[in-house]
Amino acid sequence: MSENAIRDAIHEAIGEHEVILFMKGTPEQPMCGFSARTVAALDAVGHEFAAVDILPDPRIRQELSALSNWPTIPQLFVRGELVGGCDIITEMYESGELAELLGVKPSADAPAQAPAGVQPGAAPLQIDNNLN
Amino acid sequence: MPSTEDLKQRIEAAIPGARADVTDLTGGGDHFRATVVAAQFSDLSRIEQHRRVYGVFGAEIGGPIHALSLETRAE
Repeated sequence: MSENAIRDAIHEAIGEHEVILFMKGTPEQPMCGFSARTVAALDAVGHEFAAVDILPDPRIRQELSALSNWPTIPQLFVRGELVGGCDIITEMYESGELAELLGVKPSADAPAQAPAGVQPGAAPLQIDNNLN
Repeated sequence: MPSTEDLKQRIEAAIPGARADVTDLTGGGDHFRATVVAAQFSDLSRIEQHRRVYGVFGAEIGGPIHALSLETRAE
């Protein structure tokens, strides 16, 4: 896949999914503490989200950061807009803004998402799609 | 290897009027946390505030500075 194709695929994924997280690893198995914290905040809010593992190909991160003008991973997009990385998502979770943005009532016992398995055959840009 | 003092000075030099507190999260000189307070942030969204601080370091973020966790506010 060329850089342009990766960029197009990222752009398309952001457009197609209301809530999409670019992260290191998968929601079930995050490979970085910052990604894990962001997944935990989303799970706690209880809103479904799509996830893309950026690790399989370094060009994913490169193209994503070029497109978003944001240097670090994870990156959460809601309705096509970059909302932030781990720090901003954690702050927004704690203040209730994240639930508000996602249209979920803040709840202490929101159910954790049961993430779907990684879809085969879509490398290098795999979308672990939790939107059922 | 950047030190917390280097990061603090660079942030404060690049963003006039800013006060920065920088800690080394792991002691390894590559995972940092910075709290940055600057009056000029009052006109910026949270994303833009963070971009402003990340912009001080450019490609060093993700390189020598593996992680820079941020908390920013106007006052």
